[in-house]
Amino acid sequence: MLQEKDVVVVGAGPAGLAAAIEAGKAGASVLLVDLNLMAGGQLFKQIHKFFGSSAHHSGTRGFDIGKMLLQEAKDAGVEIWLGSAVIGLFPGMKVAIEKGLDGTKKEVITIQAKKIIVATGASENVIRFKGWTTPGVMGAGAAQTMVNVNHVKPGRKILMLGTGNVGLIVSYQLMQAGCQVVGLVEAAPKIGGYAVHAAKIKRAGVPIYMNHTIVEVKPGADGCVEKVIIAQVDEKFNPISGTEKEIEADTVTLAAGLKPSAELPKLMKCQYTFNGVFGGSIPLHNENMETSIEGIYVAGDTTGVEEANTALEEGKIAGIAAAQALGYIDAKVAEETKKEIWHRLVALRMGPFGERRLAEKEKIIAEYAMKIGAPVPEENMEGYDHVDN
Amino acid sequence: MCMRVENHVILDVEKKVSPVEITVDGLVIEAYEGEPVLGALLNAGIKINRYTVKRHEPRGLFCGIGQCTDCAMVVDGVPNVRTCITPVKAGMVIKTQDGLSKGEA
Amino acid sequence: MSIINLGYLEYEELAAIQKLPTKERYEKGPVAVIECIQEIPCNPCEAACKFGAIEIGEPITNLPTLALDKCTGCGICVSKCSGLAIFVINKVYSETTATVAFPYEYFPVPVVGQDVEAVDRKGEVVCKGKIVKVMNPISFDHTPVVTVEIPKEFADEVRSIKRGEA
Repeated sequence: MLQEKDVVVVGAGPAGLAAAIEAGKAGASVLLVDLNLMAGGQLFKQIHKFFGSSAHHSGTRGFDIGKMLLQEAKDAGVEIWLGSAVIGLFPGMKVAIEKGLDGTKKEVITIQAKKIIVATGASENVIRFKGWTTPGVMGAGAAQTMVNVNHVKPGRKILMLGTGNVGLIVSYQLMQAGCQVVGLVEAAPKIGGYAVHAAKIKRAGVPIYMNHTIVEVKPGADGCVEKVIIAQVDEKFNPISGTEKEIEADTVTLAAGLKPSAELPKLMKCQYTFNGVFGGSIPLHNENMETSIEGIYVAGDTTGVEEANTALEEGKIAGIAAAQALGYIDAKVAEETKKEIWHRLVALRMGPFGERRLAEKEKIIAEYAMKIGAPVPEENMEGYDHVDN
Repeated sequence: MCMRVENHVILDVEKKVSPVEITVDGLVIEAYEGEPVLGALLNAGIKINRYTVKRHEPRGLFCGIGQCTDCAMVVDGVPNVRTCITPVKAGMVIKTQDGLSKGEA
Repeated sequence: MSIINLGYLEYEELAAIQKLPTKERYEKGPVAVIECIQEIPCNPCEAACKFGAIEIGEPITNLPTLALDKCTGCGICVSKCSGLAIFVINKVYSETTATVAFPYEYFPVPVVGQDVEAVDRKGEVVCKGKIVKVMNPISFDHTPVVTVEIPKEFADEVRSIKRGEA
């Protein structure tokens, strides 16, 4: 006999936590699973004060929001498994989970779910240049985890590639931890992130090399990063010969964008679409955050790279929709609540930074309506092989 | 070499417990129970976790969240352990992984 | 615009986007200068001011506007802005000096009486200064607000200090 749960939420970042909280509050039995040793996803690394409105905890530091959500999840009766990886989704809404990643005995447990919410976030893009595999070259998120969560510096002299919000914020946080940021490198002629974040970097006297890219990382005798060669780029982003500069650094952090980690829904044959603005291939979903397969929902960066605020709201919708489908929430109440959340999402996607994402979200939902219409129960999809337990 | 963040305006970085000892390639280093093994290694200035199979090239921290496997090392005899998501236990024996380091009993 | 192309705001660009305090208002004492120039959904400054001097309204992407007559220059908003983009300038601190209150989240936080090097928006040292006040109550949630005294002529430029050795 398999252990049964009403809702299994994969990923305990802001989207997953919010979804688990809503479903749990409504009375559903919820299991929240995360690979990491701590819940909160990227929230615990965010030590800066968030933007947004008071409904979105504006002015509150990311890790404080993480703590609040975790407590709310516990209060809502959500069961949380950490150090556990969802290694498979099988026909019949079965979720295979490998426990014991924290060093305890490994075992695989299969849960029989009624609804599954995939909120597995995103992962960092890689930029390849000569020497990109040298120890000391890492994702900006990795450096951020090291200083903000583990309180250890990844290096002393850090060169940041990318001036999107991740590049700008992580540079600031590395300086707060006592590292020296020797510069930021940006291939475009424009700063990618918010002006106010860039302003903090400039006030700290850190050089920003616009229209530049990294062409080579040179290791020292110990095999780790010692020098970085950057060069100016032309309008096609090709390095211009003769413009090379050598910068001394022992760490290179890459903040060149994120791509959605959206592999699990593929296992259930959910339909996907490619979206450049959102960072890659994403599962199509409707306004209930439900994919083409009935009972499988998605929320947060998995559906397109945005922010913690939007992830939180999407998670709420998925949690409410799943609980509603199971009969735990009255349909009228659910519809009204979801409508309010969609209004908040529109407000979050306003302004020059957000409006492109708003337009793309609308495209995704329209594409879903056109190609899929309504979600199909698993058994009705083509090629479905029902596996008896 | 101490790479710990010892002062911070926002974070409480004061260590409230005593460190334990773990061994890395025979060298005894300080670590805190529960922190990722990789954190203790970085604090000790150790940036190389393994060498690749074909070209014997060094690899170290890349993603920090258990997705890329560049930080994999042999921990207490078990190879391919992602040190960025594995918590420290007192007395752990860690070795730089060479290629696939097929199991050291 | 230099903030997008280079990362820092030129004073003329700021003045063109935000309604900065008038000469008359500066002569009355300390006043906030909000260097927020992009439409981002964000409004904690509005709720932060207990005198109701900052307004954003709806939609929350509106740039904040400051009611000069309501602003007392208390500096609370400096700690509440998530973008660390608000400063309090007092151009009549003394005959020859002005003060700039700015958010400072680096270790070590300076202390009152300390001699420092004051920097502009580009991070370049423009003059010497002396710390006259440091506010870091619990309500500021770890964003200390530091006030530096500088020669009057640099009041529109100085926005931080050179960081000390950690």
